[in-house]
Amino acid sequence: MMIEVQLFESEKIRLAPIDHEKDAEVESIWTFDAEYLRLLSLEPARALCPAQIKKKYEKIEKEAEESKSLFYFTIRTRPEDRLIGFARLYGVEWANGVASIQLGIGDHQDHRRGYGLDVLRLLLRYAFAELNLYRLAAIIPAYNQPALGLFEKAGFVEEVRRRQAVNRDGQRWDLIHLGILRPEWAERNG
Amino acid sequence: MKKNLFRGRLVRLIAGDPGILAENYVRWGRNTEFTRHLFREPAVLWSAKKYKDWIEQDIEKDNPDEFFFDICTLDNERPIGFIGLFNLLWNHGDAMVSIGIGDPENWGRGYGTDAMLLILRYAFQELNIQRVTLGVFDYNKRAIRSYEKAGFKLEGRVRQAIQRDGAREDVLYMGVLREEWEAENELHNPGSLEYATEESGKG
Amino acid sequence: MENNLFTGKLVRLAITDPQTMAKAANRWARDSEYWRLMAADPAFPHSVKSTKEWIEKEWMSESSQAYSFAIFTLADNCLIGDIGLEGVQWNHGDCFVGISIGERENWGKGYGTDAMRLILRYAFTELNLHRVTLNVFEYNPRAIRSYEKAGYSHEGCSREFLNRDGRRYDLVYMGILRAEWEQQQASES
Repeated sequence: MMIEVQLFESEKIRLAPIDHEKDAEVESIWTFDAEYLRLLSLEPARALCPAQIKKKYEKIEKEAEESKSLFYFTIRTRPEDRLIGFARLYGVEWANGVASIQLGIGDHQDHRRGYGLDVLRLLLRYAFAELNLYRLAAIIPAYNQPALGLFEKAGFVEEVRRRQAVNRDGQRWDLIHLGILRPEWAERNG
Repeated sequence: MKKNLFRGRLVRLIAGDPGILAENYVRWGRNTEFTRHLFREPAVLWSAKKYKDWIEQDIEKDNPDEFFFDICTLDNERPIGFIGLFNLLWNHGDAMVSIGIGDPENWGRGYGTDAMLLILRYAFQELNIQRVTLGVFDYNKRAIRSYEKAGFKLEGRVRQAIQRDGAREDVLYMGVLREEWEAENELHNPGSLEYATEESGKG
Repeated sequence: MENNLFTGKLVRLAITDPQTMAKAANRWARDSEYWRLMAADPAFPHSVKSTKEWIEKEWMSESSQAYSFAIFTLADNCLIGDIGLEGVQWNHGDCFVGISIGERENWGKGYGTDAMRLILRYAFTELNLHRVTLNVFEYNPRAIRSYEKAGYSHEGCSREFLNRDGRRYDLVYMGILRAEWEQQQASES
């Protein structure tokens, strides 16, 4: 048992709830960066103003409350508590013990600092040791090499390659499904 | 310009009457072999009213990014199942397809394969998308064979994603690209991309 | 991948809150020439409140058929206009583009041309459409020239569609195909 080990904190970051006063302004700025949007989502890149983001936050909390199949976190640095991104477990199917996972870090300056791996490790533990799920999935386009590398480092393996399912910048890319099973995670964690 | 997008050799695609559909779903829903081959969610029992409300809500929504049809045999008005495209990512030209034929007596008669041909034609020549994706449970062997016949290629397995009767099963992902589907169809069914007319009813 | 979808040479495409957008639109609409160059609807000084409601409901609706942006100058981060794609007909791969630059002193400075360059790249490499259509009024030769330079061809007109100041004018249709745009990009690089 590791009851004393914090579920939501690592040395560098913590998973936190949405700060409805402050976060929308910060997240809105990320959406002005088309690269961020294209790495994160398959939807057409679309800039959002803080008011639109606030509405999104309300929808998220409502869905989480009603469907019980969504766990949404903001990622904040320690000790400044600065918002740097978000992470979520979504599409939780309790009977099957599965969920999907996604995370995004908004500012280039915050990339390549080990934050992503910390977040993934916390979320894996949360999913497997608190929600008691059996497997997690992530869906990532082939052009997002940093994310693919990050998830593979955390123990995910490629399971599906949807050929040419993504069309951006005049090129077609595969869409990759990655997965990790609880026994695999347990083995990696001793 | 080709003739009837919605008519195949064995089935037609229609928009069904919510009341009749609801009754069908109640009957089909009682057969957990059907529901467990099709749905990831736990099998549940809904009343006819709940089905009808849900169907009518869908019609209300008129989602421009979803295209669902009911399947009828050519000689009958009663729907035998449904087929539809959803999760349509227009900018990428990809969509998911889902099909269900309700009564076991209608399984294994080519209805699903024919409906799939119609929906793929619709996807590639009316919606003009580039590929269609589907997920199917490992234990649904009949469906997997039918999808292979329809031109889908295996693209991977989501491992142990479903748990039923104490066992874990994989979900297979299959996909078909427009170019390969059009080439296959011309090769094996020359003229199949021509549409049936109302009179002949033949492909 | 070329990810600089939103930043051009003189302007950037972004979004701002409905109140700010509404106040700017309201200010621009005080100049009836601005309105009459841009819109077929009767010129009218709509209130900030009703403009804001329209912006929240329509302009920021995040539908899959419309993609709207505010235009800011790069030099001094000024909100100077708006541009967007609407009426996206996905199965055919077509949409309409509309642009307006608000204040007279910002006309003829290349802002519109730069914004149009960005929106075309968005239409062809993010939405992956096949063509883009636009309407322009016969009595707006500055815009017509600018669109011709951007690569649009004349495709026809609705004759005598507009009626203003006691005269009739044509509504001009122009369009650009992806293949034409790609060729233009290739020859420019």
